[in-house]
Amino acid sequence: MKTPQKTIGMRLLGGHLWVVYTFLYIPILVLMGLSFNDIGMPTAWGGFSTKWYGVLLENDAVLNAAKNTLIVATVSTFLATLVGTMLAIGIESRGRKTSSALEALLFAPMIIPDIVLAIALLSFFTLLDFTLGLHSIILSHVVFNIAFVSAVVRTRLKNFDFSILEASIDLGASEFTTFRRVTLPVIFPGVLAGGLLAFTLSVDEFIIAFFTAGAGSSSTTLPMQIYSMIRFGVTPEINAMATIVMLVSFTLVFISQRINKGSSVS
Amino acid sequence: MNTRLKTAAYVGPGLGWLALFMIIPCGIIFVYSFFERGTYGGIDFIFSFDNFNRALDPIYLNILLTSGRIAGLTTLIALILAYPAAYAISCAPTRRQPVFLFMVMLPFWSNYLIRTYAWIVLLNREGLINNSLEGLGLISEPLPLLYNEFAIITGLVYNYLPFVILAIYASLSRLNPEIREASEDLGASSLTTFLRVTLPLTMPGIAAGSIFVFVLSIGNFITPDLLGGGRLMMVGNLIYDQFLSARDWPFGSALSLMLIGVMMMLLFTQAIAVNKSMGERV
Repeated sequence: MKTPQKTIGMRLLGGHLWVVYTFLYIPILVLMGLSFNDIGMPTAWGGFSTKWYGVLLENDAVLNAAKNTLIVATVSTFLATLVGTMLAIGIESRGRKTSSALEALLFAPMIIPDIVLAIALLSFFTLLDFTLGLHSIILSHVVFNIAFVSAVVRTRLKNFDFSILEASIDLGASEFTTFRRVTLPVIFPGVLAGGLLAFTLSVDEFIIAFFTAGAGSSSTTLPMQIYSMIRFGVTPEINAMATIVMLVSFTLVFISQRINKGSSVS
Repeated sequence: MNTRLKTAAYVGPGLGWLALFMIIPCGIIFVYSFFERGTYGGIDFIFSFDNFNRALDPIYLNILLTSGRIAGLTTLIALILAYPAAYAISCAPTRRQPVFLFMVMLPFWSNYLIRTYAWIVLLNREGLINNSLEGLGLISEPLPLLYNEFAIITGLVYNYLPFVILAIYASLSRLNPEIREASEDLGASSLTTFLRVTLPLTMPGIAAGSIFVFVLSIGNFITPDLLGGGRLMMVGNLIYDQFLSARDWPFGSALSLMLIGVMMMLLFTQAIAVNKSMGERV
């Protein structure tokens, strides 16, 4: 009597999983669908149209914000990937257990409430009389991105035998050659996946950017632009922008997954 | 090169960055929280515990308690939804599990503001849910779905559910299936096996997921701001106001410090619990 009971249970579980998927995807699909709705409002379907994408691409504020976001995300990703990867190698190559204080320090940027880090950084920059702008957003984004990059690269290094690096040097290779020919190929998928993750996080980050951008619209990022558009009211342009932003994020995540999975065999 | 020196060269920039742009800034708000607000919004360097006393004033205490309640309910609902979903994924054929998991995590990587905005579209008075229900003749008046606690909790659950599923799945997949089989071979029913074997062994995943959701919910700013419509305040919004409109940085700092305190307490409790359960198993 056990088997049929189990299958009913499994079916219920499977059904529940699909309910969860529906819950997760309906809001996203609704936005994407509405972005092609001619009248733009969710009240009725006015026919298929791409006119809201046109309206969006003529909005200078949006384009400027997109440009700022690209600058912030690119520079902060580059810095965080470099520094975070070095950090991961440094920690893992010591060959002993990482102290819980260090683990906590590396974990903190991932879990600290955004608003707290945001006001802390604002206080810090203000105290130093630091002029706020895109550069202060970059410095701030690197903080949480270091944590994510080093976490991804560290998982990659968990089973890495560091004695082969010594072997390489004993055999006459320089430090640099050893890094380029031995270490880098092993960690590269992790570095790339970590970098893509950092880029996605930086593109999406709102509160810290909002607090460290300073006054004026010159350093408005895309999330800040989206926020003010939402606060202003439900406009059809947001749906079009949401669709583009989501598709870009999904593509990046998809690529990063493929990279990290594809070579985990080696 | 000396090995220690080399390690220092590798970890130096990263740890230095975290020290300069995280630890020192957090240290500053720690110090600020013991000072007083100046007459023109600056900071008077007079040591006092006033800010912490003020946080216990009924108006603010109420906001703290509301935040705690909303975060608690969010965590509970997310767990109830996530556990069976994670269980279903862990029962799927091994080859398909990564795909199911990826489908769970994908929405998590889209913009938080956009995911929250989607719920405004759905829960609005003229939104999709009210429209459909009216169209079906189920209701004659639009339901007040938006700008209340229900909307905030829905938004938070929606945003953090993927992570809870991932955390629970991680501990379910580490579970040795033979232990469950042994329990059933020894005559325990499926329910008993689940309650006495599977559930206790997946506690670390449940704890990790819960703490993540609770901490991110209680300190949330965007969701109460957009889905609460300014009618409902949570600590995150209060901190925001102290810094951007009330210009009372010391009070905002004290509130932030309390938030960090709650976070550290939870993480500490979790660390102790995990250590204890590891000790028991050995």
